[in-house]
Amino acid sequence: MTIPFALFFVCGALLVALTIYVLTGGADYGGGVWDLLAAGPRAAAQRDLIERALGPVWEADHVWLILVVVILFDAFPPAFAAIMIAMHVPITLMLVGIVLRGSAFSFRSYGGGRDRAQREWGRLFSIASLVTPVLLGVIIGAIASGSIPKDPRHITDFLLPWMTPVCFAVGLFALALFAYLAAVYLTLETDDAALRDDFRLRAIAAGIAVGAIAGLVLLLAHREAPGIWAGLTQRVWTWPLIWLNGILALAALYALWARRFAVARVCAAGHVALVLWGWAFAQFPFLIEPDLDIYNAAAPPITLKILAGALAAGALILLPSYRYLLKVFKSRPKHRPLSADSPVERHSQ
Amino acid sequence: MPNILAARSQMAMSLAFHIIFSCIGIAMPLLMVVAEWLHRRTGDQVYLLLARRWATGTAIMFAVGAVSGTVLSFELGLLWPHFMKWSGAIIGMPFSLEGFAFFTEAIFLGIYLYGWDRVAPRAHLVAGFIVAFSGMISGVFVVIANSWMNTPVGFRLVNGLPVDIDPIASLTNPAALHETVHMTIAAYAATGFVVAGIHAAMWLRDRGNLFHQRAIAIAFAIGAIAAVLQPLSGDASARAVARLQPLKMAAFEGLFKGGPHAPLAIGGIPDVKDRKLDYAIELPSMLSIMTGHNPDAVIRGLDSFPERNWPAPMIAVHLAFQIMVGAGFAMAGLAMWGALLIVRRRTIFDSIWLLRTMVAAAPLGLIAVEAGWVVTEVGRQPWIIYGVMRTADALTPMPGLTVTFVLFSALYLFLGVTVVYLLWRQVILSPTRAEVPVQAAAL
Repeated sequence: MTIPFALFFVCGALLVALTIYVLTGGADYGGGVWDLLAAGPRAAAQRDLIERALGPVWEADHVWLILVVVILFDAFPPAFAAIMIAMHVPITLMLVGIVLRGSAFSFRSYGGGRDRAQREWGRLFSIASLVTPVLLGVIIGAIASGSIPKDPRHITDFLLPWMTPVCFAVGLFALALFAYLAAVYLTLETDDAALRDDFRLRAIAAGIAVGAIAGLVLLLAHREAPGIWAGLTQRVWTWPLIWLNGILALAALYALWARRFAVARVCAAGHVALVLWGWAFAQFPFLIEPDLDIYNAAAPPITLKILAGALAAGALILLPSYRYLLKVFKSRPKHRPLSADSPVERHSQ
Repeated sequence: MPNILAARSQMAMSLAFHIIFSCIGIAMPLLMVVAEWLHRRTGDQVYLLLARRWATGTAIMFAVGAVSGTVLSFELGLLWPHFMKWSGAIIGMPFSLEGFAFFTEAIFLGIYLYGWDRVAPRAHLVAGFIVAFSGMISGVFVVIANSWMNTPVGFRLVNGLPVDIDPIASLTNPAALHETVHMTIAAYAATGFVVAGIHAAMWLRDRGNLFHQRAIAIAFAIGAIAAVLQPLSGDASARAVARLQPLKMAAFEGLFKGGPHAPLAIGGIPDVKDRKLDYAIELPSMLSIMTGHNPDAVIRGLDSFPERNWPAPMIAVHLAFQIMVGAGFAMAGLAMWGALLIVRRRTIFDSIWLLRTMVAAAPLGLIAVEAGWVVTEVGRQPWIIYGVMRTADALTPMPGLTVTFVLFSALYLFLGVTVVYLLWRQVILSPTRAEVPVQAAAL
């Protein structure tokens, strides 16, 4: 079956938006996790670095999620409705997490004043950063493992379908991936060698945890989610994808070990993107197995064509702007004086 | 609480909460860049301090607005999945465009807030203008989606399902123009008045404080211009509603019996059981004159529509309409008073009474916005898509929605109290002597 161009384009945009959300917004959640786990003599410096890294970008990063939602309900309304009905409870909990994470972060950044209040907001921010990715993972796990009932209009059980080991394993997996990404990115956010090494070790530990949890997810998927397991193992494109994924994961760990942080960032981001694509390709063409696929859940062709046009036009404005944002805040100053090692001085540049 | 009532309450509460943050998020960036622009033009440090303080306020409001807006984009599906399934392909368009506008706003707000020392001054100012502009556009697209729910177009109804979908038509639905203009002006008027009123309260306690004086000048100028324009936009909106949704208009007015020489009701409590409006002041023929420009113009009353299609609760629609119009006229009057003082005396700061009234009028704009939202949303009931899908038919089968209603209410109450407290400390309090440079204070 050939895919009409507009449908193909919209599916691609959905996957790209979700990928960028995970690579940027996901890492922002991971930053909150490391805020919670900040320890050792440099705990305060770690938290400060995380706050400076997230501050300018987290809101723009967050909008990728809104874009995913908007594309989903514009292009695949029945799939959106089915997910919203069956996943009402975890989505509601995730929203509470999103609200508390964002508000607490901005209250901490702009609240000024006393240390105690700042610490309380910081704790709320970091706890919400820990819980929200787990819930996002649970929702993705439920979609991937075929836990969304056939006709959501008549479902009566709103808890059992997602309260399964495989869903929670995917939740943990998402948390580990986000924390891993954050730690890798944070190695490039500071010139302080000791602080960088803190995050280097955290990144290596998180990377190993990612591998272990990935094994657990696959084991449970094999038992509980035969559809996605078959997709992962019996398609022509899945094996190259899995091999490439493994190579990138190991390359990222090696680069971290060898302190090649820029290389590690590229490899880790590529690894996480391929995990996501592995899921997408394994499930293709289903949005929700086994009833809704990209053909029978698609909006009429006219809607898809106009949406594709709007996405292309929007990307022309969006991508340069987003790049500019990342360039302003995420690239190292080119003409850095030699004494710029102290964080105070860098901050004031 | 029955599920439908819990769902409607949760939606109403979420919108009532979010609309304050979105209005301020639309208008506050304009105030902030005007202050920065004046600083660049005059070199006056007080304007720079003002721009920075307002930027901090904008950052807090924007963050809470962004997350509460995220909640709404999910809630549409969580509470009304059949609505989204039915209309997603038609009104996905304004939502997608809103996504891009909001994206642009978030990106450039990040640059604005954190880029004071990282980008060139001109680029910084431009980033601020982009934030102000994209914020406005983003609000326009959301309101377009809402206006479609009032005047659904862009499809043909066959066996209760939409066919021949035309997503572009949803953008130009008949209610889109007047709703977006009215809401956009409201955002500037409400924000201008609330900011001017708060700074006026501080100024009255600390006369001659330039920080508050400059703040009032910018905020009141923007709020007053919007407040004077708003009755014109309101008149156009009311006539459009009378034409497009005559039942809704009759509910606004509590007009149980239609006909020529329809009176304009001021105040009053609609009695649905006995079909009459109690305690109202009625201006004879005024509604016919205002709507049809002719005392003989026939206005359809509630009696020409079946009762099962009447909005409920009727009293909320009627009272909210009265409150919105009353607040709007009071704000326009205050704006004219200020304009008169400027023309006659070149300043508003020698009229203590104007500034005191400004303090009293601070919440009027936000009250009008909340009331106006009740007017358009409750006035649309019992339909979620006017004349096409009933709200009750769009409801999720999920039981126990009272729990989520209470959960989000508690969450938003907590956030609301916190935001007020933080704004008070970080943005509104008079700057210390150290913050206002000496040369500026001497001006």
